[in-house]
This record gives sequence, C-alpha cells and structure tokens, in this order.
Amino acid sequence: MATAAVSPAYAPTEPTGKSGIWSWLTTVDHKRIGALYLYTSLAWFAVGGLEALIMRIQLQGPNGHVVSAQRFNELFTMHGTTMIFLVIMPLSAAFFNFLIPLQIGARDVAFPRLNAFSYWVYLFGSLFMNSSWIFGMAPNGGWFGYAPLTTMPYSPGLNIDFWMLGLQILGVSSLAAAFNFITTIINMRAPGMNLMRMPIFTWMAFIVQFLLVLAFPVITIALVFLQFDRFFGTNFYTMTQGADPLLWQHLFWIFGHPEVYILILPAFGLVSEVLPTFSRKPLFGYPVMVYSGMLIAFLGFGVWAHHMFAVGMGPIADSVFSVTTMLIAIPTGVKIFNWIFTMWGGNLRFTVAMKFAITLVALFTIGGISGVMHASPPADLQQTDTYFIVAHFHYVLVAGSLMGLWAGIYYYFPKITGRLMSESLGNWHFWLAFIGINLTFMPMHWSGLLGMPRRIYTYDAGQGWDNYNLASSLGAYIQAVAWLLGFLNIWLSRRKGKISGPNPWGAPSLEWSIPSPPPEYNFAAIPTVSSRYPLWNLGGHGAHGGSVIELSDADKPNPTHIPTAEELGIPIPYSTIKPLFVALFMTLMFGSLLLIHEDKLHLSIALVISFAFLMTVSLYAWLTSPLEPAHH
Amino acid sequence: MATAAVTHGHPPTTTGLDHRKVAIWAFIGSECMLFASLISTYLIYKGRSVVGPFPHEACNPPLCATPLHAILNIPVTSMSTFVLLMSSLTMVLALAAVENKGKPGYEGLFGSSKLWLMATAILGTTFLGFQAFEFTSFVHEGLTIRTNLFGSSFFTLTGFHGAHVTAGVLWLLTLFAIDVKRGLGPKDALLVDISALYWHFVDVVWIAIFTLVYLIH
Repeated sequence: MATAAVSPAYAPTEPTGKSGIWSWLTTVDHKRIGALYLYTSLAWFAVGGLEALIMRIQLQGPNGHVVSAQRFNELFTMHGTTMIFLVIMPLSAAFFNFLIPLQIGARDVAFPRLNAFSYWVYLFGSLFMNSSWIFGMAPNGGWFGYAPLTTMPYSPGLNIDFWMLGLQILGVSSLAAAFNFITTIINMRAPGMNLMRMPIFTWMAFIVQFLLVLAFPVITIALVFLQFDRFFGTNFYTMTQGADPLLWQHLFWIFGHPEVYILILPAFGLVSEVLPTFSRKPLFGYPVMVYSGMLIAFLGFGVWAHHMFAVGMGPIADSVFSVTTMLIAIPTGVKIFNWIFTMWGGNLRFTVAMKFAITLVALFTIGGISGVMHASPPADLQQTDTYFIVAHFHYVLVAGSLMGLWAGIYYYFPKITGRLMSESLGNWHFWLAFIGINLTFMPMHWSGLLGMPRRIYTYDAGQGWDNYNLASSLGAYIQAVAWLLGFLNIWLSRRKGKISGPNPWGAPSLEWSIPSPPPEYNFAAIPTVSSRYPLWNLGGHGAHGGSVIELSDADKPNPTHIPTAEELGIPIPYSTIKPLFVALFMTLMFGSLLLIHEDKLHLSIALVISFAFLMTVSLYAWLTSPLEPAHH
Repeated sequence: MATAAVTHGHPPTTTGLDHRKVAIWAFIGSECMLFASLISTYLIYKGRSVVGPFPHEACNPPLCATPLHAILNIPVTSMSTFVLLMSSLTMVLALAAVENKGKPGYEGLFGSSKLWLMATAILGTTFLGFQAFEFTSFVHEGLTIRTNLFGSSFFTLTGFHGAHVTAGVLWLLTLFAIDVKRGLGPKDALLVDISALYWHFVDVVWIAIFTLVYLIH
C-alpha cells in the first residue's frame, strides 16, 4: 500500500479497539457517539440536499411541473426541517461530542450513557419524521409550522402530526445533550484550565448549550399546545374561541431566533480553531471573542419579533425589535474583524480547511449585511416572504454554518480517524461548493427584490425571474457535485488517507497532544494546563504565555505501544444497550399518538401506556446498573 | 509544567460538586422556561374566553346557556397548597436524616429518613388527590379542557404541574424503596439532595401558579 511508505508507529484503529454492529449499538464512548452523529447527519444532509435539488429542478424555468404543489409543500417543509434539525444541529453535536472532552482534557462526558441516549433519540426521531414519506404524508406546513394553519381544520391528515411529534422527540435529544455538555464543561476541565483558557470552540459550544436549555422548552410548550389542539380538541390556536393568532408565532420565534445562534455559533467556534492554526498566530482578541459570543446569545433572546414585522405589531414593538436586531450586528461584526486580524500578518497556509474557514468569514458577512437590511421594518415589509429572505438565510446557514462545519470536518478528520483527507479532492470539493453556493443564492437576492415569493411551487414567464432562477438551479447542480465530492473524499480518506500522526497541523490545543484517533481513555495522564495554547511555546507570561505541557510517555506522539485502559488502571464505562431501548420506546410512545387520527383512540392509549411502561422499565434498568467497574 | 501521574479512578471535579448536582441545576433552568411559557400563555389568555365558565366571575345568560358561578375554589386549593408546602418541610427533614444518619439528635423517628421520605410522598399524593378532586368537580360544573381558552390553558398548566408532582412522588418512592432495601446514609446524601432540589422547585412553581392563577383576579 502507498501508505506503507509513511511507516506509522501504529496504524489507526477504531477508538475502542472493538468493532462490529453490537459495539456501535452499545457504545457510550463520546468519540464513537460523535462519529455516529457525524455520519448520520451527513446521510440526512444528502436527503435534505436531494429535496432542495428537486425544488430547484422544478423552479429552473417558468411553469415547471416536475412535482405537484402539494409535493412541493412537503419538499420545502422537509428540506428546512431536515437541514436545521437533522443536519446542522447534529453535525454540530458531532463536534461537541468528539471535541469537548478532548479540548478540556477529560476522559469522557459527564454522563456517557445519557450521551448515547441523546444520539439514539436523534436517530429514531429523524427516522420517525422521515417515515412520513413512506405513507405519502410528509409534513407540509413549513419548518416554522405556523398555527392556526397547522391546526386540524386547515391541515387534516397526518402530515403535521409527523412533524410536531418528530420535533418533540428531537427536542428531548437536544435537551439531554445540553445538560450533559454544560456539566462536562463546568465540571471536568483539566487542572489549570480556567474558563478563560478554554479553547474557543468549547466556549462557543458552552454558550450554545445554554441557548438550547433555555430555548427548547418554549417550542416544547408551543408543540404541546398544538398536539393538544390536534389530538384533544383544545383551543389554544382556535380563533373562534378568542385565541391569539400570534401566540404560536411568538412562542415559535422565542425559540426560533436563539435557534439561529444554535446553528451558527458552533461553526464560529470551529473557524476560530482553524484560522489561528493556519495563520500560526493566537486568536486575535480571545476575550472579546468570548464576550461577543455571550452577547450574541443574550441579545438573541430579545430579537424574535423581527420575524414578525409583517403581522402588524405596531410602531413601538417594531422599533424595539429593530434596534435590538441591529445591536446584534455589533458583536457579530467584532467576530468578523477579529478573524481578519487573526490572519493579518500571519504565516498563512491555505489548506482546504482554511479555505472553508475563510469562506465563512467572507460569505457569512454577506448574509449578515442582508440581515441588517431587513432589521429595518420598512425594508423588511418589502423583503419578507420573498426570495431575498431565502438568499439571506442561505448565506448565513450554507455559506456560514455549513462551510464552517466542513472546515471542521477537514480539520478534525485526522483526529477522528487517524487519516488525512485528500487535499486535491478537497480543493475540487471546496471550489465547486464555493462557486455553486454563490451561483445558487446570490441571484435569489434579485429574484426576491423583483417580487418572487418564497414557497411558490411554480411561476409564470415574463416576470423577470427566469434568468435568476435558471442561475440558481445551475448553482444547485454544481453544489450537488461539490457535496458528493465531499462525501467521496470522506469515504476514500477513511480507508486510504495518509496517516496523520497526532498533530498534523501543528495546532495548539490539548486534543492534538494525544494519538489520532485517541485511545478510549483519551488522556493517559490528565495534563495540567498553564496557557490558552498548551502546545505552542509563545514565550513570556500572561494570557498567551505559560509553558508547553509535558506529555506522559503514553501520550507522547507515535509511541511504540499505546497502553490499554486496563494497563493504566483507568475505569472505562461499560457498554450498554439500555439507552437505546429507552430512546426507542420513547419514540414509539410518541409515535403511537398518530393512531388517534386513524380513529383508533383506544389502541393509541393502550400503546402509549405500554411503551411508557417499557420506557420506564428500561430507564430503571439503566439507572440501577453501574456505569463502570468499581475502583478505588 | 509537570503533569500529574497516571490517574487511577477519576480526577476530582473542577467545581468540587458532583456532576449530578450541576446537571440538576441546568435541568431546573430549563424547567423554568417550560413553566414560564405555560404561565405566560395562561395570563395572555386570561379574560379572552368567549364562553363560560370563568375563573373568577360568574357567567349568566345570554352569554352562557345556564348560570355558571366562578369556578375556582380558593379555600380548597389553599389547603392543597398548604399540603404541598408542608411536603417541602418533610423533604428537608428527609435530607437532614440521610445526611446525619447515626449522629446524636437524629435517633428515633425524627432521624428516620424512611419516615420523612414516605411522608413527603404521601403529602405529594395528597396534593394530587386534591387536584383530581378539583379537576373532576370542574368537569361536573361544565369546564373541560375543550370548553374555552380558560379550560385549555388552565388544565394544561396545572396538569403539567401535576405531572411533575407525580414524577417527584415516583422518585421519592424509589428512594424509599432503596432506603428499605439497604438503608440510605451520608454517602447517599446526593441522591436525596438532587431529588429535594427538584421537589422544592416543583413547590416553588406551585406558589407562582397559586398566586397568579388563583389569588390574583
């Protein structure tokens, strides 16, 4: 094999040294769970991308009729829901899982079994929601599911039921994971790693967990109201009973706007890791980066109604939300400038990861600027529900979040698998994605300003939209090729990539001090940290200074033998299937509610109670079994 | 800087607190937003019901087909509130009994964690009994979860709270079962401590609900 020339001291193996399906079903190792999140979310990325592609084929020219209006509604609903809840969030969670313990010098997360539970809930919830396609009843109310449109009189059929129950299930996954990561970061940092020495990705992840903890309960309640309305005939969204038509919108966006930062801050964190490494400079203005992240999160709870300028809230509410929205541009702009100053005067290396990261800085700014434009209510009234908004949030989420997350994939792939991704294939991937993204989403600014509404399934010729739509569709086809090359790169590099060694990029943080992939216990000895950049010798004292950590023999690069956990006397949690069963029964419990709308109320109640009982039994079995071998 | 020797077992936590204690606080933070959403919706919908029964006002023809009196029974709910608040006291005594097991002053019934855990569970169950009585009497008086906005938001809010109390009772009974089986001592204080945090939180939420829903007209 070609890789034999590299002659690694050891060949990459699976993180725990165990393999087979059963080991994956029962794993509680944060690194393997991270890998499960990664590959599952990439699979849904392909599905969500396919949904977008069908829509772009339909809209390529006027009067397209590839799919019906009804199918088109399902496509844009599931495209949005999939990309937000099944792709960007879990792809971020893949990095939370894999990186947080490694970056803070811990051996696992605080609750390894709860972590496995989070993943299985995500998997089963995503399968549940997408199983609606099999029944031809995919959700069709938009990713925001505005009630009363989604209540029974206007949306009979199981479509909305799949959506609201699916989101409810996925919420459990996010909340459980958030409690876990908050505890991990607060409580499991290596000696010497005070909060202001934490790697910036962990900081952004920490902030995101608070957003999750505080934002998800709100949509949980909004969804509970919708479920009660649809299943039990309550009146939360019934206008004839005096209900407020804006209740759902308020509750949804109190969740929905923090959700925007849940989607972008992890990518910001990853980019803040990549840029310093490939600039050979510490991150410019680290404390300001931390504070601006916190400020973005804090202000993120005070801007929700800018999604609702068109509903007529009155001048005072409009003004307040307009000002808070514009305020958020300040900490965001601070981040952009800090990234630029990080690169300024640096010794730049344009790896593929670096190119993706720089693209986030450049293209997210475009989405940010159009965001400031519709922070102004008069401008927003022209732009709302047009393709201008579609252009805006795709620049933020695709050119922003996804580019940042792919920067993270290229950057951390060697740590996850022990092998480098191909730079030549990666360059094709990057450039095609770069061209495709701009060609798809840039023309939408114009089609939007020319009045093309969002969510229309077809349009007549002669409105000045034809060429812009053709360009967007061509861009989408180029993107399809680009992302396929990305998948191909992962697939090939997993087996044939060059052996990376522990620190192929010369990066500064703790995760790069241990072998790639890391042994199941991560750190043979928990390191003591005295600076923000423990693997860089920056000289001097103060924030950047402090000495480079010394590694124990077992943690040294390319050791001839990586000791097992048993040899080191490190307790490793038992593998267990119980979290999977709790997740499975919980999903089935929620899913059984669907039968109410099939006129099988009694069967539904019986099944809900049965699955609730099985879930409780599994939960007790989980809680009463020990986490790991006893040790003293 | 030197690194520590290979650590057997787990290194101490950064804060010195057990993971579960940190996690329960994060969980309680999340629960605050859950109940905040429920209570806000109740308050937003207050006075917007187009038909009776209403919480604090009578509903007479022609608005309602038959005369309906104000539905909230504040004396009865005051009793159930008292019962729930007393359960917080017994919870404190249960935790103290577990933490100080065997110490002077904690002999006999006062230091019996089994007694106080069971007392807390019984008081919680009594509260749930009051709630069941309240719900059924409301239904007999013509208020269901479908009747009007008040019914929908009231039953959902108090029902969610009742579900939390139910989960707490199950948790307490589980602790009681462990106590009977092997005895809870100072080493298990954390188990009782986190359940107590949850229990007190559920009590505090009830104080907010009792004030905002029942007492304020």
